[in-house]
Amino acid sequence: MKIKVIVTLKNGVLDPQGKAIQQTLNGMGFSNVNEIRQGKYFDIEINEKEESKAKSKVDEMCKKLLSNMVIEDYKII
Amino acid sequence: MKSSVIIFPGSNCDRDMDVALNKYGFKNKMVWHNDAELPKSDLIVLPGGFSYGDYLRCGSIAAQSKIIKSVINFANSGGLVIGICNGFQILIETKLLPGALLRNKYLKFICKNVFVKINNFENKYFKNIKKNILELHIAHNDGNYFCSDNELKSIKDNNQIAINYCNKNGQISEEFNPNGSINNIAGLFNKNKNILGIMPHPERMIDSFLSGKDGSIFFENLINNLK
Repeated sequence: MKIKVIVTLKNGVLDPQGKAIQQTLNGMGFSNVNEIRQGKYFDIEINEKEESKAKSKVDEMCKKLLSNMVIEDYKII
Repeated sequence: MKSSVIIFPGSNCDRDMDVALNKYGFKNKMVWHNDAELPKSDLIVLPGGFSYGDYLRCGSIAAQSKIIKSVINFANSGGLVIGICNGFQILIETKLLPGALLRNKYLKFICKNVFVKINNFENKYFKNIKKNILELHIAHNDGNYFCSDNELKSIKDNNQIAINYCNKNGQISEEFNPNGSINNIAGLFNKNKNILGIMPHPERMIDSFLSGKDGSIFFENLINNLK
């Protein structure tokens, strides 16, 4: 089973990389880009038949390794 | 006094630290990250570098390595653990120290000498130290200390700030903040003050002909406090 995870910085946490990308896009002529927040995406192939079990395992992975809860949020999709 | 330096794949300040510790009287051992047991030690050092290529988040993979369980047990039983640069990032990722270290505010890898002011002398690291402002070297991409307002209050209430970035006269302000760290924080203690994480590298300042001598002051003072 394949589970996807998106990790993003929490609101209020400075994202200098996102800011640099936004400014570059503005400079390229995409003047209507107001903000960019950069995140991470994980494709997880897990050997589990039940979706709920797989998602609960991935939830544990997110808490223990994939995200840093001090600065990041995660979404399992 | 016995010390141990942990080596992770990608550590690159481990041997400098070994030289520094031996120079000031420690009997140092190098310990591989895949070992399970620590040698008997009075001090454990997590050195600088780029463990696991800084994959995922700086220090996050090293924080799950085999030896780390022993380091956490040693630290939780009151043993002295110091993390320098990447070592500081690893201490944060193990949650032995609070908060997070983000990408530098101005997106530059910073490699230069800075001044730091010692904020807390009631610990084995800085008690009796003969200078309160040290000139040390920093070299990092992710040293921008961040924590929530509640966490910062708790850090201040427990007097956990170890050192702040400042100028040579000890003035702490945004102007002398190289990386955007909250409150110019350059180093932190845990509540018990036996665990210390700092971004600057004292091991690079142990030879007045090559660099400077303020690292020497740090190591000499530390071993005297442990005797």
